[in-house]
Amino acid sequence: MGELRLMKGNEAIGEAAIRAGVDAYFGYPITPQSEVIEYLMAEKPYERTGMVVLQAESEVASINMVYGAAATGKKVMTSSSSPGVSLMMEGVSYIAGAELPCVLVNVVRGGPGLGTIQPSQADYFQATKGGGHGDYRMIVLAPASVQEMSDFVKLAFELAFRYRNPAMILSDGVIGQMMEKVELFDPLPRWTEEQITKLSPWATTGKPSTRERNIITSLDLRPHVQEQRNIKLQNKYAIIQEKEVRCEKIACDDAEYLIVAYGSSARIAQKTLDIARAQGIKLGLLRAITLWPFPSKQIHELLDHVKGILTVELSAGQMVEDVRLAVEGKVNVAFYGRMGGMIYTPEEILDVLKAKIIGE
Amino acid sequence: MAEIRMEDITRPENLVYKKTPLMTDNILSYCPGCGHGTAHRIIMEVVEELGLQENTIGVCPVGCSVLAYDFMNVDMQQAAHGRAPALATGIKRTWPNRTVFTYQGDGDLAAIGTAETIHVCNRGENFTMIFINNGIYGMTGGQMAPTTLEGMKSSTCPYGRDVQTMGHPLKMTEVVATLPGTFFVSRQAVHTPSAVRKAKKAIRMAFENQRDKKGGISFVEIVSNCNSGWKMRPVDANHWMEQNMFPFFPLGDLKVDGKLVK
Ligand SMILES: Cc1ncc(C[n+]2csc(CCOP(=O)(O)OP(=O)(O)O)c2C)c(N)n1
Ligand code: SF4
Repeated sequence: MGELRLMKGNEAIGEAAIRAGVDAYFGYPITPQSEVIEYLMAEKPYERTGMVVLQAESEVASINMVYGAAATGKKVMTSSSSPGVSLMMEGVSYIAGAELPCVLVNVVRGGPGLGTIQPSQADYFQATKGGGHGDYRMIVLAPASVQEMSDFVKLAFELAFRYRNPAMILSDGVIGQMMEKVELFDPLPRWTEEQITKLSPWATTGKPSTRERNIITSLDLRPHVQEQRNIKLQNKYAIIQEKEVRCEKIACDDAEYLIVAYGSSARIAQKTLDIARAQGIKLGLLRAITLWPFPSKQIHELLDHVKGILTVELSAGQMVEDVRLAVEGKVNVAFYGRMGGMIYTPEEILDVLKAKIIGE
Repeated sequence: MAEIRMEDITRPENLVYKKTPLMTDNILSYCPGCGHGTAHRIIMEVVEELGLQENTIGVCPVGCSVLAYDFMNVDMQQAAHGRAPALATGIKRTWPNRTVFTYQGDGDLAAIGTAETIHVCNRGENFTMIFINNGIYGMTGGQMAPTTLEGMKSSTCPYGRDVQTMGHPLKMTEVVATLPGTFFVSRQAVHTPSAVRKAKKAIRMAFENQRDKKGGISFVEIVSNCNSGWKMRPVDANHWMEQNMFPFFPLGDLKVDGKLVK
């Protein structure tokens, strides 16, 4: 059993980064995730593992520091919250276009604009549908506990390096700020120079006489070559969609009704499930863990016994569009959301389920 | 007078100059007469002469030199417009023993990337910055740059830069020289053989400082021509540069060994 600690979600991200053998963290403070960089600065990981922690002058700078270091094969990450992540979007597009592995954390707050510092899930579109320019995808993981805040740092790096692609942990102010027990994984050593050049032969680490120079770029002005670059990306995304979907199905086997949710909403909906089951309602919960790739097939497979679906999100309804695409009109898909930092209760969700889905 | 024959000139024993292997054989994409190619060459010569080729990582900008990686035979990264100093920070912080340099135009370094420029110079990152100031946006077809001179015409100030409404030309090199994190700051040109020699000396100093971990940014501005953007013939552009750019952007060292030159 790994070391047990009581931690905030944001602190767990910081501790997991050190333990995952991360080489550098670059970030800029913003509520509700400033504890990530505060934890890292207090923890002095440069003494523990040699990890670099640097407060950048902006999120624009942090994501581009990530680009530079990621292009050398190093394990690097940044974290922010919604307005800061918006600033990073140009950089993310470049990183995806240049096929660089790195990890981003978005502890989402309510928008649009400066919005609020309270939790929200309204950055789903930005994370899963682009956000930056061009046809690219990020792998998006949605933790629903402090435990997963820690575990997903390790997982996100594994996926990022397996596919040479940016991976995002899409959390929110609830998971970032709450304290829970977390079992920390055993520390991994940082990669040596030999390991980096072997694992990432494409990396710009300085050109030895034994190889051609390495170039990291997203640019090609020749349309036929740029189209091939795009096709290569799309082929990679198709493999990720086939192999990396993750979701948790709770009480789905005999479910007549289904809630689809992720992150903090899934935690709340789990309580709704308990209350509903106690009332004899055959409710199931599908918690999306990867938001991209989305568990479309896994939702569709449940339609042989599920008669109606409620999607709950702390937004005006974003993931619900993917649920509807997955369901292909076969059953009714209703939506319930709260915005601006407001959060629903389990009972509130059950009332909506009864009114919009069961009551029909 | 004896006739000079080509075979005599190209005999190995008569060679006085050879292209550095750190410049590739790719044909330069720059307009004939442009200073970018000369600047590339002397940077790569310095990297070769200091024996740093296996150790060097370069960052190219968005601008005419976006394709510098086609010509410089070292590991290279291509940055978003203005962000090269942030990339270089990421590289240097995680590979402190590598030689890292950025190569940026005036739009890149002194407009869209102003924050990154100021902050790497203020943090005293230990890498080398080369700043090509041609007073205009070359790549996008000759629009006004932060360094466009007062009264100078461009496609976005077709009646000349009016400083009342368009702001004043920015002396970024003077600005960074005042910051505590710069160790060496110099302004040079590459339009004549003697200017090239001086510029190369400054660039060598900028790479030596980094190699010797003197601490802080070594920053070399090269005042250069953009004959296409300025709509001049190359020779006229060089004369115009001497007469108009150099008085406003005077050549020479601004800061040496961390101390401002009086
Ligand atoms: C974010 C962004 N904004 C605008 C552009 C368009 N753009 C490309 S190069 C350039 C100006 C380059 O000028 P400079 O840095 O002076 O370099 P030069 O081409 O003169 O060498 C601009 C505005 C871009 N590529 N990206
Ligand atoms: S447009 Fe200007 S800066 Fe660009 S290559 Fe031509 S002369 Fe040089």
